[in-house]
Amino acid sequence: MPVKIISPITRINGFWRLDAKIENHRIVDAFSGGIFFRGLEKILLGRDPRDAVYLTERICGICSTAHALASSHAMEDALRIMPPRNGIIIRNLIFGADLLQNHIRHFYFLTVPDYVKGPDRPPFTPGYNVDFRLSKDTSSQIYENYMESIHISRAAHDMVTIFGAKIPHNHGILPGGASVPPDGDNVRMFLSIIKRVKDFINSKMIRDAELIAEAYSDYFEIGAGHRNLMSFGMFSHPDKSGEFYFRPGVMIGGRPEELDRKAISEHVKYSWYDDAPPLAPEEGLTEPDAKKPGAYSWVKAPRYKGLPMEMGPLARLVIRGDYPEAYGTMHRILARVYEAKKVAELMEEWVMELEIGKPVFAPYEMPSDFEGAGMVEAMRGCLGHWFRANGRRISHYQIITPSAWACSPRDNNGIRGPIEEALVGTPVEDFDQPVEVGRVARSFDPCLACAVHAIDARGMQKDIYIGT
Amino acid sequence: MLTRREFLKLCLSSAALSLSGILLPKVAEALGDRGEKATVIWLELMTCTGDFMSFANTLSPDVEQLIRDTIKLEYQNTLMTAEGETALKHLYETASKQEGKYILVVEGTVPTKDNGIYGKIGYFEDGRPVTDLDAVKYFGTRAKYVIAIGTCASFGGPYAASPNPSGSLPVDKILKDVQVINTPGCPCHPDWFVGTLSHAILYGVPELDAFGRPIMFYRHSIHDFCPKRQHFENSIFAKFPGDYGCLFEIGCKGPVTFVDCPTRMWNSAHINWPVKANTHCIGCVSPEFPDGMSPFFAHLPDVDLPGINASSSLVGKVAVGGALMGVAGHAAVSLLKGRIQNHLVNGSQTRHVDEKTLSMLQEEEKTTAEALKASGAASIKDAAGKSKESADDSGVKAHYGEKSRKRPDSGKRMDADASDELSPREVSVVKPKKIRIIKKISSKEKD
Repeated sequence: MPVKIISPITRINGFWRLDAKIENHRIVDAFSGGIFFRGLEKILLGRDPRDAVYLTERICGICSTAHALASSHAMEDALRIMPPRNGIIIRNLIFGADLLQNHIRHFYFLTVPDYVKGPDRPPFTPGYNVDFRLSKDTSSQIYENYMESIHISRAAHDMVTIFGAKIPHNHGILPGGASVPPDGDNVRMFLSIIKRVKDFINSKMIRDAELIAEAYSDYFEIGAGHRNLMSFGMFSHPDKSGEFYFRPGVMIGGRPEELDRKAISEHVKYSWYDDAPPLAPEEGLTEPDAKKPGAYSWVKAPRYKGLPMEMGPLARLVIRGDYPEAYGTMHRILARVYEAKKVAELMEEWVMELEIGKPVFAPYEMPSDFEGAGMVEAMRGCLGHWFRANGRRISHYQIITPSAWACSPRDNNGIRGPIEEALVGTPVEDFDQPVEVGRVARSFDPCLACAVHAIDARGMQKDIYIGT
Repeated sequence: MLTRREFLKLCLSSAALSLSGILLPKVAEALGDRGEKATVIWLELMTCTGDFMSFANTLSPDVEQLIRDTIKLEYQNTLMTAEGETALKHLYETASKQEGKYILVVEGTVPTKDNGIYGKIGYFEDGRPVTDLDAVKYFGTRAKYVIAIGTCASFGGPYAASPNPSGSLPVDKILKDVQVINTPGCPCHPDWFVGTLSHAILYGVPELDAFGRPIMFYRHSIHDFCPKRQHFENSIFAKFPGDYGCLFEIGCKGPVTFVDCPTRMWNSAHINWPVKANTHCIGCVSPEFPDGMSPFFAHLPDVDLPGINASSSLVGKVAVGGALMGVAGHAAVSLLKGRIQNHLVNGSQTRHVDEKTLSMLQEEEKTTAEALKASGAASIKDAAGKSKESADDSGVKAHYGEKSRKRPDSGKRMDADASDELSPREVSVVKPKKIRIIKKISSKEKD
């Protein structure tokens, strides 16, 4: 079989390996493999449980606030503590600002170059030169907005800094709440920036996304995947414990279900780990076996009730009822920009709910032995941290990231992971310039820096096997 | 165009202005004279991409201006349009066309275990992988300058933390014969990087400290310029994050961390920084981060705390003394820093001080000892700590010389065995005004 290798895939956060078998201009099979071992879960063992919040952030430079949030939720779950109302709102504001940054950068930096021809200089050259459907004027207009998005996404990060001290790897989200009390000074700065970011999303980003969607309407159908959606719930409600502004839930083949937080397990048949039956993350093992026959990934295969799940903005909006039930590449891209609009609007309301002079942090005592789980939504989907501590030391830590779900290999039953499945059936016009593969894969907003927990999927490489 | 002196002055007066805002147009101007933009190749290795995301936060110029007016960013994994073969081919072509002229920026640590198979930047057409290790060696030896951005590339960082599962090393451990400019930080502040890049383009390698960090940014301890310093002096200590007062007791590593966060603040818009946000510094620019800086939430342990106090005020004295003696203050600071940390942070290890630097440091030690004498302190040793370790310490060599020493394992990390000190609420010893904290008995000494 003639083999063509394309590597690396750029414009995702991280590296992975995608082998696609192509027959008659169509992908007939795909294998997604994380090929990087970083070992963060092993690094966490033996450390002070409170350090996890700052260390796990460092898994990912683009969604660090999500890891901080998950780690904090896990500690709070373990210690049965509840941050004060202000603390929850501020954490929502920090995470919301980071989410806006992520969605804006994902759309312009990572997605747009797949569909729109850029200026004639690096880093926009070299590049593929196929299937650009927008006019020269429209393209240059979109790249003008691309350049403006650099300022806007920076401003979004400035919002994180107002309450989070710095970013990436903020200090303001931690077990027990937040650390910056609201006052007139930081609130006015925050309000001013959120308005600017919201205006950009409403007037530029949504229009650009819709222009692309119109010109590439075939991508509404391409890359539909397994048609299973899941959300852990995003933005805790400050007044209703356990409730979220974006509610948790599951849709399996179009049928809505309540989320069962205990129904998650990880399969390792095709991953480089010692074989084991599907294990819950509380028990998950991470014993590497780099020479295991048949395995092709450092990413485990997380499954919900044995099924691969798709997650992210599309899943959240469909479950919330803000987007019609739909599956496909362009739906993912549109849902991402619509969600940015929604979140920016909500954030404006939340800022006004802050209570001046009320606490943001609840001090706590740490017992000797405890365990907990933090299940939250990261920008790109469901993120879970599970840990156990003995003698005030971490004795077990498992992280399942949204990209592990998205980029997972086959499971013990041989069912493909979500991106693998979405790629099957994707047309590839030009063997030498397979732009379609990146379009489908990037719509999941994969963040391979996150994809493997104890491990990390890096190597950012795509092999395309082209056969007849 | 700016003179070198003016440039440094600008860098040092960071808080008042956006460094990059003033600098970069000047850099563009300088380059305009020569009619070419600097070629930059940016390799992402084992990284979280946080340093690139931080770089994207540079204020003025923003990334748009940079890539339009100042640099030719020929290879950057997260931003570039090209992928696959096209990208890799372009990378090698650029490097050979611009050999000896391009600036290499390395982000992330370099996995070396099993010949580096744990990290790859891509694959050749014939299926051969390009490991991170290969890439650093190949592009590092052909570059005009090599800048390591972030703590991972500079010192190893979180992924090289104990037990270092991928056998990762910092860039300057791989490129032993190449001058590597380290701009650590987790992530690196946009100004630290853009300022260093600008200095390299305009004037060449900036003045570096013993850890390869430009002293224009990594010179003074956080503690020296901390806005809550007076709280420390007055023994007003926060009891938990978000509380009012100095963050020392909840684990601030400011006294042993050398960078300009207090005056520069984050991000490029200079809005906030961990201590202003009522959380503590975790020492992310330090060579020992994170092992030697954790537990993050335990205050600097296992030490004679008068030693710390001595150290924080002594640093100032040494710097002044050093300057008086015509000794570069930063070297004294670094020296003292290394020594202090050796006492403070059980198991910290300095990973990349070569023989030449070592002898320079020993020379500096003598000179600073004299400086100290002149400024009233008895000796560095007296001041830097009266702990048992210090008596055994035969000098700088004992610290810098043990290259083969293993990284601390989890059991030897800054020990929290006396875990009663761990909970912020439980730390409630009332301090006398001039901090004189009762020496805590370390687990070692108990034995």
